[in-house]
Amino acid sequence: MEVAEHTPVLDPSLANLVEELSLRFEQEIIAVQTYRDGIPVLWVTPAGLKTLMHYLRTSASIRFQMLFDLTAIDERARVHREGQPASDFTVSYHLMSFSHPCDIRLKLALSESSLVAPTVTDVWPNANWYERECWDMFGIEFRGHPNLSRIMLPPTWEGHPLRKEHPARATEMEPYSLSEERQQAEQEALRFNPEQWGMTRESKNSEFMFLNLGPNHPSVHGVFRIALQLDGEILVDAVPDIGYHHRGAEKMGERQSWHTYIPYTDRIDYLGGVMNNLPYVMAVEKMAGIEVPERVKVIRVMLCEMFRIASHLLFYGTFAQDVGQLSPVFYMFVDRERVFNIIESICGARMHPGWFRIGGVAQDLPAGWDKAIREWLDFMPARLRDYDTMVMNNGILKRRTQGVGAYTTKDALDWGITGAGLRATGLEYDYRKARPYSGYEQFDFDIPVAVNGDCYDRCAIRVEEIRQSLRIIRQCVDNMPEGPYKSAHPSTTPPLKEKSRLDIETLINHFLSVSWGPVIAPQEVTTIIEATKGLNSYYLVSDGGTGSYRTRIRTPSFAHLQMIPEISRGFMVPDLIAIIASIDFVMADVDR
Amino acid sequence: MRFEVGSALSIGAILFTVIIVAAMLIWVERRLLGLWQERLGPNRVGPFGLLQVVADMIKIFAKEDWVPPFADRFSFLLAPPIIMVVILMSFSVIPFAPGVGVIDSDIGVLFVLAMASLGAYSVMLGGLSSNNKYALLGSLRAAAQMVSYEVFMGISLLGVVALAGTFNLREIVLSQADGWYILPQCVGFVIFLIAGVAESHRLPFDIPEAEQEIVAGYHTEYSGMKFGMFFVGEYLGVVLVSSLIVVLFFGGWLGPAFLPPIVCFVLKASVFVAFFVLLRAAIPRPRYDQLMNYGWLFLLPLSLLNLLLTGAFVLWQEGM
Repeated sequence: MEVAEHTPVLDPSLANLVEELSLRFEQEIIAVQTYRDGIPVLWVTPAGLKTLMHYLRTSASIRFQMLFDLTAIDERARVHREGQPASDFTVSYHLMSFSHPCDIRLKLALSESSLVAPTVTDVWPNANWYERECWDMFGIEFRGHPNLSRIMLPPTWEGHPLRKEHPARATEMEPYSLSEERQQAEQEALRFNPEQWGMTRESKNSEFMFLNLGPNHPSVHGVFRIALQLDGEILVDAVPDIGYHHRGAEKMGERQSWHTYIPYTDRIDYLGGVMNNLPYVMAVEKMAGIEVPERVKVIRVMLCEMFRIASHLLFYGTFAQDVGQLSPVFYMFVDRERVFNIIESICGARMHPGWFRIGGVAQDLPAGWDKAIREWLDFMPARLRDYDTMVMNNGILKRRTQGVGAYTTKDALDWGITGAGLRATGLEYDYRKARPYSGYEQFDFDIPVAVNGDCYDRCAIRVEEIRQSLRIIRQCVDNMPEGPYKSAHPSTTPPLKEKSRLDIETLINHFLSVSWGPVIAPQEVTTIIEATKGLNSYYLVSDGGTGSYRTRIRTPSFAHLQMIPEISRGFMVPDLIAIIASIDFVMADVDR
Repeated sequence: MRFEVGSALSIGAILFTVIIVAAMLIWVERRLLGLWQERLGPNRVGPFGLLQVVADMIKIFAKEDWVPPFADRFSFLLAPPIIMVVILMSFSVIPFAPGVGVIDSDIGVLFVLAMASLGAYSVMLGGLSSNNKYALLGSLRAAAQMVSYEVFMGISLLGVVALAGTFNLREIVLSQADGWYILPQCVGFVIFLIAGVAESHRLPFDIPEAEQEIVAGYHTEYSGMKFGMFFVGEYLGVVLVSSLIVVLFFGGWLGPAFLPPIVCFVLKASVFVAFFVLLRAAIPRPRYDQLMNYGWLFLLPLSLLNLLLTGAFVLWQEGM
């Protein structure tokens, strides 16, 4: 096994913390492990889980302010489990610190006979949806959860899809048929019953109106449904309903090879394009131990920032449109078109190039690639100034969005809010600065922050981020390093051609690397990036095969939608639309 | 009271022209918006896309004329014609040029205001009878908005009436031979313009049909020609308000001698039509309660003040 050789050394302060915890919680911690991502994994007992979490949140030497992710792994088919306690299903809690550059992972081992875990919703409010997702996907019961029901799949679904025995494609299942009775039952299950949504039908003075906003509505940005409880036009409650865009991206990850999964990632945050590839390929590279050349890093940064601008422009336009301004969206789509033309000239595709590769990028930059980019860099600032006049300085827009949907930094951390939504509350936290990846430490850029945390501020942050991204792209263009566009590492996929025809051995190797792709030694790795909408992470588990054993995609939009009821109660329907617009989500990023 | 009714031929010609102009406005608006929004707009059907209107009409007439089974059938069918009829009726008192007009009435201004308030029934009935929650919200908003904006729409006109000393629109135009009322009544003009946009519920006052919020508001359930009537009704409203502005504040057909009066009138009205479109391209939509507050707390006192000062001025002049 290669594992031992690469076992990383923990960051000293993190090692101290692990030591401190092992002494203090001798009973509760069963085992400690470390993987290549430098995140210590503590296996805890169900009884000790909450105590430990509470301690990590409030009094440990490094405090963890956010439950970054909560997911599970079906361990029953996993072969390589060295050093891990026996477990059929493992619940994994990823905690993140905003005061120190480190994370910690708690794991809970469950046996198939009693799939029960204590709920942590009283420690972390945002655990609510994550636990529901675990119940939906794995059938793990979270005891004490306020509303443990299916979240992604329809209430009539049978089985738990991320279990290993659940079929992954239609051909593994019986042909689909819909009988009359079944159709009746399905439709009956859709009947709206306010009590199920935690709503009352009337107050002392008035009867409430229930309004079904979505899944098809002009301003829900995809297929997203919110059930509204209205008193006149005042929102008494708003309960989001997601899952209409669920495609089982995580399940697909278990079927695809490491290489062939790359294009699927493009479609997670479908406005982020190749930026979705980045955390995935970085995770595989970390597992394989690939160091990518400098040129690759800079190319990747450049394209990611272009996609950040494209995504923010779309946000900017639709935000203005959702508060009733008709024109900006057209200007911004024209600008977005300019970005896509450049991206197309480099990658050959526009929205979903799937262009990053394990160990590099698909091709080298084309000859004369920088000319169009320079022209565009010179062109954009004037346009952004126009947009400031048109949108950000508009009095009506200000009155519509200032003071609407505001929350504090503490609320944001409680609900797992990252990205512009977090920076709008005044916390200067950008993952590119806090824990640089892919060479971001070499770039000169600022983190825009605001103070009020309302809709207007969230938009203002993104507008400023467009300017900062332009700065980064200019630095990329001016300082593009020479060198290969692929790593020489043997696991680079597709592998380098040069060594393939020396003898039969190299040819066989090349053939296998192209057809199967790399074989990755048993590992677990999480990589996080500052994506267009917040922090996006891929948690990959390899069982020593040509594909992932478990692919967990933590997306920012999922967390952000969960907060909608908190920030919209008491406002009016038009305010809700402004709030939704200011969150900047896409449903593919929520449902995966 | 005096009524001078025009010939059947001229009535027919005016009716026909007004409807055609309103329909053509769909094309004009889309092309103008395209121009201002860095895109093309409809340019495929006929020269410059001019026949787009014909294509739209064919589509709208050929569509299934569907009445939702849950709607209140009678008022659902009644609502769309109301808006068309009341606006077309309003046109009857507009003096387009010397000798061109349907009725020459001494209560022209009052007639227009009365018709405008009847228009509120159209959107209210349409929304209520649809039995749809979005339509209900839309018609509630429409009712509140139209009722409040009518109040100072009327008051803003009274300044002009006081200066001209008549409710007859033709005489109001003639009394502007020495100078248009835009100068002494600039405040009244601004208020009337705002109220006019609100009456025809176009952006930024399209709150009753705010697409991003309540889908299509009061006409969510309408399709085919019934939707078409609401749609053309909106453009008729634009033409009507533009014509009224020209008549009341910009001297109607009065203009340089080398221009035929009717051309002069059309040119002036076109400027305001284009302004309406520009407004739609430029401004976001305020929230419903902000709009109400703006109306009652700012525009109403302002229009009253304007009327008070105009009245004082008229009395002072008479005293001299």
